Amino acid sequence: MSTNLADPTRLATPPTFQAVSLSRRIRNGFATTLVWGAFLIAIIPLVWVLYTVVQRGFPVILDGDWWQKSLSGLLARQQGGGAYHAIYGTLVQGLVCGIISVPIGIMIAIYLVEYGGRSKLAKATTFMVDILTGVPSIVAALFVYTVWITYAGMGRSAFAVSIALVLLMVPVVVRTTEEMLKIVPDELREASYALGIPKWKTIVKIVIPTALSGILTGVMLALARVMGETAPVLVLAAYAPFINYNLFDGPMASLPLMMVNERNNPTQAGFERLWGAAITLVLIITLFNLLATVISRALAPKTK
Amino acid sequence: MNDPVVAKRPAGSGDPGAARGVAAAPTASEAPIPPTPAAPETTKAPHVRPGDRIFRGLATGSGVFIVVLIGAIGLFLILQAIPSLGLDQINFLTSREWNTTDPANLRFGILDLLLVTVIVSILALLIAMPIALGIALFLTQYAPRNLARPFAYVVDLLAAVPSIVFGLWGLFVLGPVLFPFSEWLIDNLGWFPLFAKGNVNVQLGGTIFTAGIVVAVMILPIITAVSREVFDRTPRMHIEGAIALGATKWEVVRTTVLPFGKAGYVSASMLGLGRALGETIAVMIILSTTTASFGWSLFDGGATFASKIALAAPEFNDTRSAGAYIAAGLVLFVLTFVVNAIARSIVAGHKEYE
Repeated sequence: MSTNLADPTRLATPPTFQAVSLSRRIRNGFATTLVWGAFLIAIIPLVWVLYTVVQRGFPVILDGDWWQKSLSGLLARQQGGGAYHAIYGTLVQGLVCGIISVPIGIMIAIYLVEYGGRSKLAKATTFMVDILTGVPSIVAALFVYTVWITYAGMGRSAFAVSIALVLLMVPVVVRTTEEMLKIVPDELREASYALGIPKWKTIVKIVIPTALSGILTGVMLALARVMGETAPVLVLAAYAPFINYNLFDGPMASLPLMMVNERNNPTQAGFERLWGAAITLVLIITLFNLLATVISRALAPKTK
Repeated sequence: MNDPVVAKRPAGSGDPGAARGVAAAPTASEAPIPPTPAAPETTKAPHVRPGDRIFRGLATGSGVFIVVLIGAIGLFLILQAIPSLGLDQINFLTSREWNTTDPANLRFGILDLLLVTVIVSILALLIAMPIALGIALFLTQYAPRNLARPFAYVVDLLAAVPSIVFGLWGLFVLGPVLFPFSEWLIDNLGWFPLFAKGNVNVQLGGTIFTAGIVVAVMILPIITAVSREVFDRTPRMHIEGAIALGATKWEVVRTTVLPFGKAGYVSASMLGLGRALGETIAVMIILSTTTASFGWSLFDGGATFASKIALAAPEFNDTRSAGAYIAAGLVLFVLTFVVNAIARSIVAGHKEYE
């Protein structure tokens, strides 16, 4: 019987670096599989949703009428017509919201970065921006309903929707602008002060232009998000199947509202309108996302 | 890119801003250097240019505005809710009935809404938490370096899809696919209350089960994004130390990344929970409404706070009935406020995340 002593390959001392034991290797492989699996699982719904939207909606938007006509005068089961009225509503409500939110959001960010420092107000502001980020869109809509419709006595209108959207857009604008202002090098500010330029002019002429590409990217992303919001339009604007250019009065359609309205329409026309509006909305949002990327590329400060 | 910033929020009150805040004091007096002989001028208060004063006022005003705004949201909702709460014929907190059709005889209680909201959110969170953890680890530790960014972009795309599209997909596409599975659960595990036959038709898919899965998909990006930021901040030294000790990839993650990022991950999940509680349209579209009260089954229908309000909102015309829904909205606001505040305080307690 050969004993261990007779084994010529046996080392006197065990090697310093030993192979990783089987159980550790199994655990490692298992964890790697799980982690890759988690990522793949997240991709499934994304692809599935986009596939559904494209497959069901794409044939609808190929028709030129879709972009040029409203649903005015059409019965629920009548095919034809388009989403012109809803596209107009979505874009205009988003645009008005953007016009109001962007200055407010940028000023808050300027306050936080340039003036606030560690003051109590700055801390409270930061906290409130965080809270506002988490306010559900339906609560924002209810708030505007209370103030605008119950207390101010105004009717439901597209403008009320825009105000509710402002509540959702401002925190996003503040966050991105703040991040961008923070990375503007202090040397630029100091150089400007050294030339005797007032602080406000330094901010407007030096700091903001340097951070502009990042700010605009954030604004575009915020707009894209806000235009997909459904709760505010549901609470604050009535649906109209025809075009209404008036922001302050009367019902106005928007793509999400059109979808809410057509989802219970069991006819083929309803199906086409529903998924046509869905793909149109996704396309508009994608467009704004792309725009964000283009802006950040084109306007990035050319330092290097 | 949108809200994930919350995790590193404390950085805002950190170095760069503060340094500038200190620098701001001297710069306020950056008027041209007075000629040396003009000694009396130095005793005067520093001259502030009108432009500076106006701009500073505007910026500070905006800061005050946002603080006031949150207060106003709470205040106006309370003002509007109180009269209706006074008219409520039954207990607001412990009752399951909701009938506001007759403003003279308001009967509304939120117990059912609260239970359904919480069950949907918790189901969503239970599904989303492990997957989001996996994705965050994948993107920060496992994915090939040059692919990590595009992969992260793909996950963020989930956040770009409007919630109404998720809702339609959930009801018309996912619901029917889930039906055989739901039926199997009911048939085989029906003795367990959560899997009991619910109060709506399972075949239509409008159950808490479907809603929970869809909401899980919707909160994935936020949990992932915030966790990712925290995991990315794991000190290089810890990771290299673990590698030097011969740890496998998984052991590196388990002994350095996870302990470091745990609090951030919990905070991210709380943010996700806040989102799930307030999710409106997807849930409204998916959940079948029912008059039966919630029976603790995942295959029940019903309504969450948000979906109940959204369903009734277009018909708001009487302030008293609307007040009932606003009272429900107020409860939702308080819930999300508390959840978000906790999430934030968790991160604020960890200086190493800055």
